[in-house]
Amino acid sequence: MEKIFQKLAISSATLVFVILVGIFLTLFSAAKPAIDEFGFDFITNPDWNKEVSVQNPNAEITEGDMSNESIDEDNDMMLDEDDMMIEDEDDSLSKTIYGGLVPIVGTLLTTLIALAFALPIAMGIAVFLAEIAPKNISHIVGIAIELLAAIPSIIFGMWGLYYFAPIIADLVGGYQVSLLTAGLVLGVMILPFMAAITRDSMNTTPGVLKESAYALGATKFEVIKDIIFPYSKTGIIGSIILALGRALGETMAVAFLIGSIFVLPTAINSPTISIPVAMANNFGEASGLGESALFYLALILFVISFAVISIAKFYFLKKAN
Amino acid sequence: MRLLANKIFLGLSVLSAVIGLAFLAWILITLFIKGLGSFHFSLFLNDLIDGGLRNLIIGQFILAGLAAAIGIPLGMAAGIYIQEYGKGRYADLIRDLSDIMMSAPSIVIGAFVYAVIVVPTGGTSGFAGAIALAIMMIPVVINTTDNMLSLVPRELREAGIALGASKYRVILDIVIKAAKVGIMTGILLAFARIIGETAPLLFTSETSNYFSLDLTESFPSLTVSIYDLANEPEESSRDLAWAASFILTVLVLIINLTGRFITRNKD
Repeated sequence: MEKIFQKLAISSATLVFVILVGIFLTLFSAAKPAIDEFGFDFITNPDWNKEVSVQNPNAEITEGDMSNESIDEDNDMMLDEDDMMIEDEDDSLSKTIYGGLVPIVGTLLTTLIALAFALPIAMGIAVFLAEIAPKNISHIVGIAIELLAAIPSIIFGMWGLYYFAPIIADLVGGYQVSLLTAGLVLGVMILPFMAAITRDSMNTTPGVLKESAYALGATKFEVIKDIIFPYSKTGIIGSIILALGRALGETMAVAFLIGSIFVLPTAINSPTISIPVAMANNFGEASGLGESALFYLALILFVISFAVISIAKFYFLKKAN
Repeated sequence: MRLLANKIFLGLSVLSAVIGLAFLAWILITLFIKGLGSFHFSLFLNDLIDGGLRNLIIGQFILAGLAAAIGIPLGMAAGIYIQEYGKGRYADLIRDLSDIMMSAPSIVIGAFVYAVIVVPTGGTSGFAGAIALAIMMIPVVINTTDNMLSLVPRELREAGIALGASKYRVILDIVIKAAKVGIMTGILLAFARIIGETAPLLFTSETSNYFSLDLTESFPSLTVSIYDLANEPEESSRDLAWAASFILTVLVLIINLTGRFITRNKD
């Protein structure tokens, strides 16, 4: 019995390893056709689902071009399937190419906007919770902030699209679905997460340090600026990077707001697409090389977030403890 | 001057807290007004095909429940291994990997399950959806179990061993019992998180307009249907999406608060 129990425990632990390696290998093998076809140029190529003639890769066939710019996703995919069939029948004439630049740029920019928006507010909340508020108020506000984190992302998306984005669009101009509105809603989403772990980092500052500073006549601001921030710096940086990792992979909130078109954004208030949204909207209908290209995007996202999370957890947060 | 800087800084900090709370209030009030506006008790009696939400709510609970049934024992067993059996590098490695898995993009987990289950079995299914959710849940359960077991005093384990109990008996009867409340809280929070997930279900379980208990076919999901309904042009679909969002959020927050309440009672 003892042996069986121990075996079960170790197998379950190994399962984590198996799943993680499995995710990587599966994504890689599913992305393999696209990797073979497009190589690393995939990352710098802005054309998604574009028809090019094989004899002269620079000559574009207008039909494919139209589907490329079509805003209606469903319509887009219908054209895509038609294209694939044409391709099968008429292999010598044209082929469809896929490039990942637009969703990669969209993912990075929305994350940056979210970070720029959330960072100051999250720091303010963390300071409020850790240093300013009396204990019982800090407790209640802390729970409220954690409830904000518990709200499902699809709710953020709907609220963002129908109530938040119109206000932003009125203020800034441009489209209601855009990099900016997607980034801001994403910022609201990562805000509580970032605030909570920053607060925890700040709470590790030894009381003796703070008390000595107060005894020397320092104001609260000076104690926070000169004692708490330097002391918990690595922990705070770690929590910011961890929040960044969250933002990179967020799907539903962004799906409502980014506009979902494969076009490079020309301004902060123009629509585009991100990797998770490209997957969410196109996965069901894609097949062949198109599906493989989506897996290629998934692999890129997985590797980026794996790296970001590892840096946050194992460099900054470990060092902080 | 120093005092002024201090005042401005404290003011900004309080303002940030107010902004955070304002967002929570804004979202909850929006949900309340829009959701209650289209809320009707018949939503619980009809399926989506008849304009209700019954099949979706039951479906979402089945998906999340099945995911919990898979994820909790596996996660707890792995957590027990890390804390009680594991020594040195392997246990540390698993702990680190589990931490990474906890933050892995949910849509990528959906794509993984799509490739290893949906494609080989020939179509979307409730099982695939539940497995995707279970993969999201396992690392959270591992993390809680690991943390909570580490709080159990060494003496309790030694006392059990001294009485002649075997190690697994000590773990099951003493250590787990001592950490029960904390683990339950973690599990409830994890459950609240996965029941509101959409992205991992999009191409694993999909959703269905009809009532179904058949886990081998596309399975009704509240969250996936909210996404579909919200994107439809008709006002009535969007109203239904708001009502569904209201119900989903209330469920999630109740489960979440219940989890926090049991720990608080213990303290």
